[in-house]
Amino acid sequence: MEYLNIIFQESYKILFLLVPVLVSVAMIVWLDRRVWAFVQKRQGPNVVGPFGLLQSLADALKYIFKEIIIPASSNKVIFILAPIITMTLALIAWAVIPFGVEQVLADINVGILYIFAVSSLSVYGIIMGGWASNSKYPFLGAIRSAAQMVSYEVSIGIIIINVLLCVGSLNLNDIVVAQKEMWFVIPLFPMFVIFFISALAETNRPPFDLPEAEAELVAGYQTEYSGMMYAMFWLGEYANILLMCALGSILFLGGWLSPIDLYPFNLIPGALWLIFKILFLFILFALVKAIVPRYRYDQLMRLGWKIFLPLSLTYVVLTASYLFYFNLLPTI
Amino acid sequence: MIAHAIFFYVFSVIAVVSAIMVTVSKNTVHSVFFLILDFISISCLFIMIGAEFLGMIMLIVYVGAVAVLFLFVVMMLNVAQQKNQWFVSKDSSRHIPIGLLISVIIFFELIIVIGGWKYKPDLFNSAKSSLENGVSNTHSLGQVLYTDYIHVFQISGMILLIAMIGAIVLTFRQREGVKKQSYLKQISRERTEGVEVLEVASNKGVKIDD
Repeated sequence: MEYLNIIFQESYKILFLLVPVLVSVAMIVWLDRRVWAFVQKRQGPNVVGPFGLLQSLADALKYIFKEIIIPASSNKVIFILAPIITMTLALIAWAVIPFGVEQVLADINVGILYIFAVSSLSVYGIIMGGWASNSKYPFLGAIRSAAQMVSYEVSIGIIIINVLLCVGSLNLNDIVVAQKEMWFVIPLFPMFVIFFISALAETNRPPFDLPEAEAELVAGYQTEYSGMMYAMFWLGEYANILLMCALGSILFLGGWLSPIDLYPFNLIPGALWLIFKILFLFILFALVKAIVPRYRYDQLMRLGWKIFLPLSLTYVVLTASYLFYFNLLPTI
Repeated sequence: MIAHAIFFYVFSVIAVVSAIMVTVSKNTVHSVFFLILDFISISCLFIMIGAEFLGMIMLIVYVGAVAVLFLFVVMMLNVAQQKNQWFVSKDSSRHIPIGLLISVIIFFELIIVIGGWKYKPDLFNSAKSSLENGVSNTHSLGQVLYTDYIHVFQISGMILLIAMIGAIVLTFRQREGVKKQSYLKQISRERTEGVEVLEVASNKGVKIDD
């Protein structure tokens, strides 16, 4: 009986987290398209509902009622598994994101490593989808994305080390609390810029959306997918983007801390601040999509390995020496 | 405790079954997927015994990077067909003695490790030592790794670096006749050197270098 109680409580908490995340993923797709349209002097989706807010709902309905086509020569189990894995991995990472001191589903010691591990697993959804489709374009897209995501993970990992040097803990709540005096975006600004660009590459966003470059690869790894399975890839992708925005705001923008610790701002709950910061980062993501043209593949690899990796490694040495010299290393 | 036991048996059964499936499944790509499943369930077991850092690092390094490269290579080489040829062809039994030899060696190594654990008191003590209260697993690991075993740690890092450089040196070759773009050249190009006005004689044309 006791177990059942615990299970019910936990499922209630999980639902309370997952439903808002899924709804906001749907909304964020709308926001992305609107921002994209405004940059190009278009209107974007503005017909369904007020300001077109219900457009994603209409799209979802359309996807649900479409037929799911599974290619005859595909590897069926893996073909069906791929979108499920993408979606699941994008959602389970939200378990450790803190929305307040107490408002976190799983306050684990190695929270940042957990997020890093889950985001590094998300490459499997793409590889499996590309390989199981048994077709040229999906396979090329999958191979590209495997190389891309593995290489940008390296620089993201080293950037995370920079932040951890200043915090002295792998717990996400500790990382947020350590920024009470000063957000890490100020001392680590170059790392924030590199993190932002690496996050773009890690989530396959333009200008690094080479796995699905429509001019060369039709739709990359998604080519053979249709209906709800395609929609799940999409949802997973956007949930991953939101997750990267959340990670960026926790690592550099102070998470749920309010920017000014004064009276009227204190009243706003921390969760709302985190949401504002996520939205701010996401609008930057959307603007980059609208403004910057797609990179060529060798340029992408060069940027990751020859520029970001040495830069972030140098910054690790700089941060560590600075902290050591001025005796600022965090004590545990 | 019951929940703990249930989780432990679920993960260990998945680990053992997927480890068997790695060797049994005919499609090499499936083997790699089972290997990944094995890694994941083993990292879950690590987390269950309180070694959360080790479990996460296992996920990041093995599943997130090493297995991706495995998959990469296996998919590119199309090993599935080759393997089938091995099974069908006449000298398919040629690989059995080598495999047997290696498996026997690994078996004896395991016996030595487990047996040594029982008879060497030092090892036994270190295996039983529990974590101090209030210190996280990651913290205590870092304190041991960067103080008592710093030299071993750095030497292993150097060995990995040498292996990496060796792999690059072995596979690197300068290809001739490949057109390369230089970013500096492209950016620093000016109009005066990009455009040239020529007097073209009728019926002669000009030669444009390519």
